[in-house]
Amino acid sequence: MTRLIASDAIIIALLVTVLGAVLAPVAVRSGRRQWLSLTYAAVYTNFLLVTVSTLALVWALATHDFSISYVAQVGSRATPTFYTIISLWGALEGSIVFWAWVLAMYGAAVVWFNRKRAGNLVPYAAMTMLLVQTFFHILLVGPANPFHLVSPVPMDGPGPNPLLQNHILMGVHPPLLYLGYVGFAVPFAFAIGAMLAGEVNDGDWIRLTRRWTLVAWGFLSAAIIAGMWWSYEVLGWGGYWAWDPVENASFIPWLTATAYLHSVMVQERRGMLKLWNLNLMVGTFVLTILGTFLTRSGIISSVHAFTQGTIGYYFLAFIAVVLVATVALVAGNSEKLGSTGRLDAPLSREVAFLLNNLFLTVFMFTVLVGTLFPLIAEAARGVKVSVGEPFFNRMTLPMMVALLFLMGVGPALPWKRAAGPELKSKLLPGVIVGLLAGAFGIVAGARNPYAVLAFTFAGFAFTVNVGEFVSGARARVAALGESFLVALVRLVAANRRRYGGYVAHLGIVLVAVGVAASSTFKTEREATLKPGETVTLAGHTLRLKAAWGREEAQRSVIGATMELMDGDRVVDVIEPKMNYYPMSQQPVPTPQVRSSLRGDLYLNLMAFREDGSNVTVKVIWEPLVPWIWFGGMVIVLGALIGIWPTSRRGAAAVPQPQDATT
Amino acid sequence: MTSKKNRKWVAIGAVGIMVIAFGWLIYGGLDSNVVYFLTPKELAAKGEKGMDVPVRLGGQVKPGSVDWNDSTLVLRFAVTDGSSEIAVHSKGAPPQMFKDGMGVVVEGRYGRDGVFQSTSLMVKHSNEYKAPGKGEKPAEMYKSLMKGSGA
Repeated sequence: MTRLIASDAIIIALLVTVLGAVLAPVAVRSGRRQWLSLTYAAVYTNFLLVTVSTLALVWALATHDFSISYVAQVGSRATPTFYTIISLWGALEGSIVFWAWVLAMYGAAVVWFNRKRAGNLVPYAAMTMLLVQTFFHILLVGPANPFHLVSPVPMDGPGPNPLLQNHILMGVHPPLLYLGYVGFAVPFAFAIGAMLAGEVNDGDWIRLTRRWTLVAWGFLSAAIIAGMWWSYEVLGWGGYWAWDPVENASFIPWLTATAYLHSVMVQERRGMLKLWNLNLMVGTFVLTILGTFLTRSGIISSVHAFTQGTIGYYFLAFIAVVLVATVALVAGNSEKLGSTGRLDAPLSREVAFLLNNLFLTVFMFTVLVGTLFPLIAEAARGVKVSVGEPFFNRMTLPMMVALLFLMGVGPALPWKRAAGPELKSKLLPGVIVGLLAGAFGIVAGARNPYAVLAFTFAGFAFTVNVGEFVSGARARVAALGESFLVALVRLVAANRRRYGGYVAHLGIVLVAVGVAASSTFKTEREATLKPGETVTLAGHTLRLKAAWGREEAQRSVIGATMELMDGDRVVDVIEPKMNYYPMSQQPVPTPQVRSSLRGDLYLNLMAFREDGSNVTVKVIWEPLVPWIWFGGMVIVLGALIGIWPTSRRGAAAVPQPQDATT
Repeated sequence: MTSKKNRKWVAIGAVGIMVIAFGWLIYGGLDSNVVYFLTPKELAAKGEKGMDVPVRLGGQVKPGSVDWNDSTLVLRFAVTDGSSEIAVHSKGAPPQMFKDGMGVVVEGRYGRDGVFQSTSLMVKHSNEYKAPGKGEKPAEMYKSLMKGSGA
């Protein structure tokens, strides 16, 4: 019963989306605009149907309905309910269901907020959303169908992949990632809609979607940081980023989306880069589909890649269709995409944005080439190669430090043309703090030039961005006599997007400092200890108290109790563990981390004698790693500030600081 | 008009030069940083060219070759593909399930002394779910540990 409801809902939704998509151009071309309400109704109906199907699948998982193939594949009676429910995104088919649901939700929301707009932009955007949705419905009735009948019905299932049921972040990282990834379908749909409607020139699509783009970007940023955190807490190697193809797949569209968030301001302000922005948005969407292809087609091997058959061809065909359609549409709109403004001076905010876009795009291509190269090499030359960290570090570190530098320069530069003395007074504090930060890095022992540059530019960018808040608030204090704090809050409230951006910059600086410090000053050692023996690393002494075993409902746990010592006193107890799941050969490492502002003490149980007479533990001292997670939260806060609707009253009542002068 | 046309060509030329420079950089980066995945037979066949360059070596752990010293943390074993075998030294504890006959991938360099110095060791396992095979009884290991530690 559940199976039929879930599966039929998708089939009906497929028909509804096709009908709704076909109706839109017919209605626009024939002038029967009342038919458009049918297209919009199709968007809402689709959301309803996919919601029914998704809930039915969740219900089936929760009630262990093993007659449904997906449940039989990932379910198990012993798995705790939380991990049973979130196994909705634990394997290929369920993750496509979830994807389709998020897309349907975005589609319904977009149409709801814009349904009363005149013109042809929204109808064509709705059509594009429906067509993308159709693609995912085709996947769900075809190669990624989760609703096959299993007969005879098994009594129990294997449960989710052990790595995916070992940490609470599995309930956080995937939904954030989907909300981010799928969210880029909205600006894409409006970009395509604007070209179809012939309305690229008035920039409406940009105003309508800039908040949606920021929503998707905020979710994707949070997802990338949560993914790093998951990898750090679960995989047991003490790192958070390995340039793994799947990490890259999430990072590549983030780079183009970040470029877009900056270059779109140039279009709004100066009427330039119209074609470029259109391409960035279409490109970001295509890169999310490409990322899905890489992670869901089994073409690369990793925790995320669920090995499957033919689904890869569907993705490639879809990417090809999107690219061909975009090229045709851009060609058709080429006269309207010319610039109406031009660059005035080499030292201006526009130029900083152009450089930012150049570096981000080159960065994106570098990561993309490095990620795809093994596939190309194997297809073309039949050799198996891997492109590892050395390539990515060597190629991307220069761009990272250059971007950090620009992040400090950009906010200080005015639009159009910079005036020398003013610029000097804005940059000088940043230069001083930056040099001090770099010197501090050298004194602390950093010898890698990129690390020293990272500390320097991080100090510089941090100071300049903070300075923007201070000088803006001071101007209000002087003009309006407000207290400094009130002035600060009102300043941000009146220019949410701008100051949200600066908050996000501060978050990036924190992440950069955390990454630079932890990769430069990380120390580790492995030791085999008998109970009572100690190991010392970076001033921390740890004593093995005991090794132990414990049986839990769905797994067996082996752990080592380690005491953090201060002289003879026990300060804290850290228990790295290894979890054995019945259906898996490999134990899942479960490192334990003791965090402080200065850094993390990271313990992982590597091996043990079966009689408990000794254990081998790896101890890692990772300075400033918590700054990365905190910086991620600051980035999300920045995105939230930018997304939050500006109250009209507040915006109208206060004088806005002029970009040209502050 | 002419100056506008000229500007366009200058712009196209500049972009072209940047693309070529970028392509050249990427090519150079890939050329010196790509790690080849080889079997013992392929690595042995490379001779001199396979030495002192980063390589990923994949194969099975030769039964009977494993020598793990838990006080010096040195692990010695041989990787075989059935026809050739290569001696591997690595530092650090092996994965808990590391054992004879298991598929492994080691990353490192093949030295002129005929020993592969490994910097990272991965046990090859598929994402598919498999019940523990013969001799792999996690539950029993845990029971013996419970007895041993008196917990």
